[in-house]
Amino acid sequence: MSDLAVMAGRGVRLSARNIDALLTSLMLPIILMLLFVYLFGGAIHTGTAYVTYVVPGVILLCAGFGASTTAVSVSLDMKNGIIDRFRSMDIGGAAVLGGHVVASVARNIASTLLVFGVAVLIGFRPNAGPLDWLAAAGVLLLFVFAISWLSAAFGLLAKSPEAAAGFTFIVMFLPYPSSAFVPIDTMPSWLHGFATHQPTTPVIETLRGLLVGTPVGSSPVLAVAWCGGIALVSMVLAAFLFRRRTS
Amino acid sequence: MYSVRTIMYGVRMDAVVASGIEKSYGAVKVLDGIDLRVARGSTFALLGPNGAGKTTTVRILSTLVRADRGQARVAGFDVARERHRVRRSISLTGQSVAIDDLLTGEENLRMMARLAGLSRAQAGRRVVELLELFDLREEGRRRVGTWSGGMRRRLDLAAGLVRVPEVIFLDEPTTGLDPRSRQAVWQVVAGLVDSGATVFLTTQYLEEADRLANRIAVVDHGRVVADGTASELKSRVAEQRLDLTLTDGSAFEQITSYLGTRAVGADPAQLTVGIGTDGSAQHVRGLLDEVDPHHRAVRSFAVHTATLDDVFLALTKETVRV
Repeated sequence: MSDLAVMAGRGVRLSARNIDALLTSLMLPIILMLLFVYLFGGAIHTGTAYVTYVVPGVILLCAGFGASTTAVSVSLDMKNGIIDRFRSMDIGGAAVLGGHVVASVARNIASTLLVFGVAVLIGFRPNAGPLDWLAAAGVLLLFVFAISWLSAAFGLLAKSPEAAAGFTFIVMFLPYPSSAFVPIDTMPSWLHGFATHQPTTPVIETLRGLLVGTPVGSSPVLAVAWCGGIALVSMVLAAFLFRRRTS
Repeated sequence: MYSVRTIMYGVRMDAVVASGIEKSYGAVKVLDGIDLRVARGSTFALLGPNGAGKTTTVRILSTLVRADRGQARVAGFDVARERHRVRRSISLTGQSVAIDDLLTGEENLRMMARLAGLSRAQAGRRVVELLELFDLREEGRRRVGTWSGGMRRRLDLAAGLVRVPEVIFLDEPTTGLDPRSRQAVWQVVAGLVDSGATVFLTTQYLEEADRLANRIAVVDHGRVVADGTASELKSRVAEQRLDLTLTDGSAFEQITSYLGTRAVGADPAQLTVGIGTDGSAQHVRGLLDEVDPHHRAVRSFAVHTATLDDVFLALTKETVRV
């Protein structure tokens, strides 16, 4: 447990000092949000102000992208000699990988707050009660936790940090064919199945429901099931891959 | 109460014992039956060229890799069955520098100290001591990414010593360092032995093994081809060596073919060849007359005391470059 705390502290420091990555993971969602609200927003009809519709999606994209950079951090550790030193000090995979995940969650809390701030500045007006806020934060945390573990597993799978960076693209583009930016029923019908049932849609619908009061249906249950499932499978996979990479 | 381990370890006084270690990666046999014995409190050097199997040996002894065959005990514990106990008794400084560039020197050391189980206060004190010891105090608060290679290597060594373990593994601690940084590392390693630890280092530099180690094992192609003290190894070749520089290519051909196996390596590019001698004037004069009766083939000569290079090159059968 104390190993995990030290490794998490390391992860937070490394994240905070990797200015390029930090700026990218902050600027990208903010620029996307401005782009969608001011350039495309006028042409997209969602029944509410577009900024109200799009912010939950942007928040999710921000959190997902930020969490996915965990793959690069993990891959760098595996490539550098530092993993040998940790292992020779009897620091296990749980502490090494867990440290990256904790750092990822901390990093994404900060960046999500920032994106929220900008969203409010450009007219996002949530009408959520305290419990709604708490639930939204919980769902978002669970999503970041799941994507971080998935990224950690991918970082172990990737042969190089460059290959691991490819994972961030998958995560970044996954929210597009979902209800993040446009309502699914405006998409071609062959895409409906994927867009409705892919994991980011229930998470976004849940956030949207909690923050701006749209009907959620079974989305919260699906969101928790998806995130919990991804987290669980990824942790088992990461443990297995870590053992394989280090023996 | 003494455990069996304490008694066995105490009696045997060996920090590292390895027998018949074999390891293959795919079809390549990297280690082909390594036997080693390192006395507690001594400095031991595993000497060999690139690809001889030095790093693999260290990785097996430090529990990072499992051997295919053979057994090894480090600090009295079995490296395969008692991994965790071995890990609590060793430190490893590998070939690639294992520190975080984005952290400062202090932060790197404090992290390692905390991971090694020191309290916050103990860690703070140890960091100050280590920065002082490795002459890094001034740079301690700067990020390691801005440091020179020599300083990074020293910090890396320091990071392996946040807690003084029973056995310290150093895999090529000075490879890639400039001569000054190398001297600094040597001083530190010499100091480690004074602290009572056993040092197990690998090197491709004979001078380094000669300077630091009580005992040396020469490895080549995954086998120990010779071991002993530096002077024992040196005595395996002639005490002194007569180095001849020859006038031209045909003289070189003629003399090397005349000497046959007596030639201690030969370098056709430099037109040089060595011969064992006792170093006396009479013997040297006799040798010169013997190999060059017409006084035409030898341009110049020099007499050297045999170095570990001679041993190494003779044992690993490589071309001598004088």
